[in-house]
Amino acid sequence: MDPCDFSAFDLARQIRQRQISAVEVLDACLKRIDQVDGRPGRLDFDSPQPDDAHRVHAFILLNAEQARDRAMEIDRRLAAGEDPGPLAGVPFTVKDIFCVKGTPTTAASRTLADFVAPYTATPVIRLEAAGAIMLGKVNLDEFTFGSSNESSVFLPVPRNPWDTGHVPGGSSGGSAAAVAAGEAPLSLGTDTAGSIRQPAAFCGVVGLKPTYGRVSRYGLIAFASSLDCPGPLARNVTDAALMLQSIAGPDPHDATAVRVAVPDYVGELSENVRGLRVGLSPDYFRIVFPNPATGELEIQPLPAEIEAAVRHAADRLADCGVEIIEDIPLPNTRHGIPAFFVISRVEAASNLHRYDGVKYGYRDPARVDDVHKLYRKTRDVSFGIQPKLRILMGMYVSAAQYAEQYYLRALKVRTLIRRDFEQIFDPAGRYRLDALLTPTTPTAAFPMSAVYGDSVLMQYADQLTVPANHAGIPALTLPGGLTTAELPIGIQFLGPDFSEGRLLRLGRAYELATASESWRAIRPKVLRPLQ
Amino acid sequence: MIEEEISLEVFEHLAQLAALQLGPDETLYLHQQLNSQLRVIRELAAIPLEEDLPSTAHGVLFTPEISPEPRPDIWEPCADVTDILAQVPRLRDGYIVVPGIPHTTLE
Repeated sequence: MDPCDFSAFDLARQIRQRQISAVEVLDACLKRIDQVDGRPGRLDFDSPQPDDAHRVHAFILLNAEQARDRAMEIDRRLAAGEDPGPLAGVPFTVKDIFCVKGTPTTAASRTLADFVAPYTATPVIRLEAAGAIMLGKVNLDEFTFGSSNESSVFLPVPRNPWDTGHVPGGSSGGSAAAVAAGEAPLSLGTDTAGSIRQPAAFCGVVGLKPTYGRVSRYGLIAFASSLDCPGPLARNVTDAALMLQSIAGPDPHDATAVRVAVPDYVGELSENVRGLRVGLSPDYFRIVFPNPATGELEIQPLPAEIEAAVRHAADRLADCGVEIIEDIPLPNTRHGIPAFFVISRVEAASNLHRYDGVKYGYRDPARVDDVHKLYRKTRDVSFGIQPKLRILMGMYVSAAQYAEQYYLRALKVRTLIRRDFEQIFDPAGRYRLDALLTPTTPTAAFPMSAVYGDSVLMQYADQLTVPANHAGIPALTLPGGLTTAELPIGIQFLGPDFSEGRLLRLGRAYELATASESWRAIRPKVLRPLQ
Repeated sequence: MIEEEISLEVFEHLAQLAALQLGPDETLYLHQQLNSQLRVIRELAAIPLEEDLPSTAHGVLFTPEISPEPRPDIWEPCADVTDILAQVPRLRDGYIVVPGIPHTTLE
């Protein structure tokens, strides 16, 4: 087994005990990237090469030399008897939506293609303070706007390591693909409607959307500021706990980063799950499917393989002493996407107004005599089709004559979604759940180009993840099996505010209960020639 | 009353307000997609809402116990002026260069 296939937890332990050096681990990751990643995403992409279709293309920027300097420093500190931190020498990647000082920070957009961040995002500072080593920046949907990673203007776009003919999901597609392919054991992503959990599910890795405010957003280029959550993508639950431990906590730079003590997430993993009450909801076993021919929204059952994976997880948890409660009502689940179409677009349009070609970012070089012409020309050339779509819808639904019907109404529907969760998690209520178990996505990873272009169908890929963003609650996805086509299936735990520790504990219990199942021995296709 | 569709006229007005200069192909695609999304958004109108239902701006309730203390309102010099100004597309003698700003009379 290559060191790059070890978990972050095992790597940190071995590096700290000097059984392996940080430089050796880095070299293993760089070798793996060389084997599977192919060309990094570039703005000046020439034309597709035959080899591109078989590579992962997770990276936009590989920071190999700086990473090597850091790895050598970690090894020096360990040799001197110092403690570099709980993530000593563990490589991680960063979704290229976080600022890292002195590093290009592109948001996968022409708008910021040449932007060099003058400061570093808090979660990145904290990971480095814990001894982790930033290996590079990974690709994403442009400004995080998408669920397949196909809207990035840095080409080639990432592909799914389980089948490179399929999307890795999005918007943290590069993050999930990099972890699944063993290019780095950890990645820092963001989740606004499911952008950590959906790609994690598609790529067979663990992804955690923390409670809103649990992790600082300082240094994150904003999509929808009331929904955005930074969080970990990792190889297993323990690694996600280890990473969350490092990045969570209050931050004087972010007024929404709450003053809530950070528990010992890793230490709590071994606590018993016996007696916990976990719910199953019929509202997560049927999906809304926009009929492409008629545009009508139809209710369909969840694909049988995905429902079976969730029910299998419930059975394994029941074997561990978890009490499974059926028929939990969450009637407002189906309103998550319509409300998201409104709220996220209003916030995105507001956040995107700052890109005007004047203060930073792309500026069209044509000489014009009027600043308004400069704005229009710059924004026309620098924004891709997805940012434009979001700006226009955001402006429409927040216009004075429509705000009452659309924006203000969506904010009230958000209250109903939040109320659904408050009722089922209420310790004095009828259901008294500790967590809810659901599928993460309505389908497994879909083929490249199959959905992109249909903005409604693409948005509905997030229908089972977006309620947690509206409600602000934490949600954890982890691998729950494979389809007959050997594509990963994700299962999801949701819990009340700041219950990340409990969700991680349930996830770990499920991992242990299914450790010997045959699907766990199957590796992503891109790794099979390396065995 | 909610309008059935975003007309091309309204679309073009939105594009102007958004400072977007769109080509014909983009206009066609974006206009069609906006109306597809609007059909979904219209679902919100059918949801019964209590009269006094409050809005939710953030899912998590920011109580005084968990909200951060406001930062002291103290001026501090920026440590990264050079790095920040290095990102300005056109800079002359420390000033940002822009084309003429047309006079606008506010109504």
